Amino acid sequence: MAQAIQSRGPVTGTAVKAKKRRPFLLDLYGTAVGKKYVMAVTGIMLLGFVLTHMIGNLKMYLGAEDYNHYAEFLREVLVPILPRTVLLWLLRFGLIGAVLLHIHAAYSLTVMNRKARSVKYQSPRDYQIANFASRTMRWTGIIVALFVLWHLADLTWGTLNAVGGDGVFVRGDAYGNVVRSLERVPVAVLYIVANIALGTHLFHGVWSLFQSMGWNNPRFNKWRRGIATAFATIIVVGNVSFPIAVLAGIVGK
Amino acid sequence: MSNHLTNLTLKVWRQSGPNAGGHFESYRIDSISDEASFLEMLDVLNEKLIGDGREAVVFDHDCREGICGTCSLMIDGQAHGPQRGTATCQLHMRKFQSNQEIVIEPWRATAFPIVKDLMVDRSAFDRIVEAGGFITAPTGGAPDANLIPIAKPVADASMDAAECIGCGACVAACPNGAANLFTSAKVAHLNLLPQGQAERWSRVEAMVETMDEHFGSCTNHGECEAACPKSISIDFIALMNKDYRKSKFKNRKLIDQI
Repeated sequence: MAQAIQSRGPVTGTAVKAKKRRPFLLDLYGTAVGKKYVMAVTGIMLLGFVLTHMIGNLKMYLGAEDYNHYAEFLREVLVPILPRTVLLWLLRFGLIGAVLLHIHAAYSLTVMNRKARSVKYQSPRDYQIANFASRTMRWTGIIVALFVLWHLADLTWGTLNAVGGDGVFVRGDAYGNVVRSLERVPVAVLYIVANIALGTHLFHGVWSLFQSMGWNNPRFNKWRRGIATAFATIIVVGNVSFPIAVLAGIVGK
Repeated sequence: MSNHLTNLTLKVWRQSGPNAGGHFESYRIDSISDEASFLEMLDVLNEKLIGDGREAVVFDHDCREGICGTCSLMIDGQAHGPQRGTATCQLHMRKFQSNQEIVIEPWRATAFPIVKDLMVDRSAFDRIVEAGGFITAPTGGAPDANLIPIAKPVADASMDAAECIGCGACVAACPNGAANLFTSAKVAHLNLLPQGQAERWSRVEAMVETMDEHFGSCTNHGECEAACPKSISIDFIALMNKDYRKSKFKNRKLIDQI
């Protein structure tokens, strides 16, 4: 008599069915450790931007011609392999993606952490190691994000550049736009404050990324704090020098 | 000869059950030897409370020699009190002064619900260990020494991680209520050794994902290391982060590790 054979499905060596998993990048991003890894990777991308942005701006000390030439060069990188401004836009999209992921990871981890201690300590905590920078990452991050939006409106879109000043935003005259913007004392102060917030964020972020990436090696562990301090200092000193130089008349018309 | 501390004020968290509201209550210790341990000081308080017909303060304790991880207590805002690398049971009253006010709170984390007063339920830690804090190979009886050659620095690092007594001070001290130091110690003491290699990647994956269900996330403050009675290094957290990342990227079938 014929017997219907039912499929038993694939049988593995141990007959254990593997847990169904999402695509591995989503799977990685699904946990807190994975989100911190994404924060570190996007953080490294943004560190690269912050450093090259600062170095590029140092050209203002060489004068208007060098500065504007560099600004124009950014649009022409890799021409003729790529058409004009294409690489610039690719980098911009990469940075926007990195910022969004960085903020999303920070937001969802913050929510998770709040839930992890739903009832707070009822007496004051006495922190031993946590420093001002590590305790204020969320606030310095928000300050920097808001500042970046303002900064774009000021010097990329130009909508805020002419406000309160004597000049007008001139597309293509990067040097003149920077000078006209930073001549306004409140604006200069805003740039200085925002950069100090950025430096504080970097002071913890650069150190922290070594942990999140798992880059831990007795050979260089003792350098991590120094690298973070040096990086934050270089960025802050470089960036804060610009409004001061404009106000002091070192950089100007 | 021992000195005595006089006129201590204890502000102790009292809570009658898991869902009850709690409050601080103040108690006076008139005189206590500076050679008394912190828990012995609480014993003295409890004797007094019982003598007065009042309910004793409930707190966790067991071995009282710093090796079991049962005692806890947030003392003046620090897990296990002001002395580094010391569990509450090994903290002595000589670290305090006469006329001082000492605030005592239980561990606070959603994963550590308060059972009563200063006692919390730490079984969320058991869930993490159940997920992968073991090896499945039958190991038989005790092997001969040096049967498996293990480099001295590796054995030392594994022992450093294995020092974890699972007290939960790392979670209590962490501003985010994260258990990364505990989990990384439990991952590392096996993942560093040859015996742990077979399940290296599935272990870290399962333990990290179980940890995620209960605790917060690590933002690298370093408070856990300062609070740990065994001074376990946050270097193990970096090791766990690296192994977790690798567990996602590796083609494990080809390296004969699961």
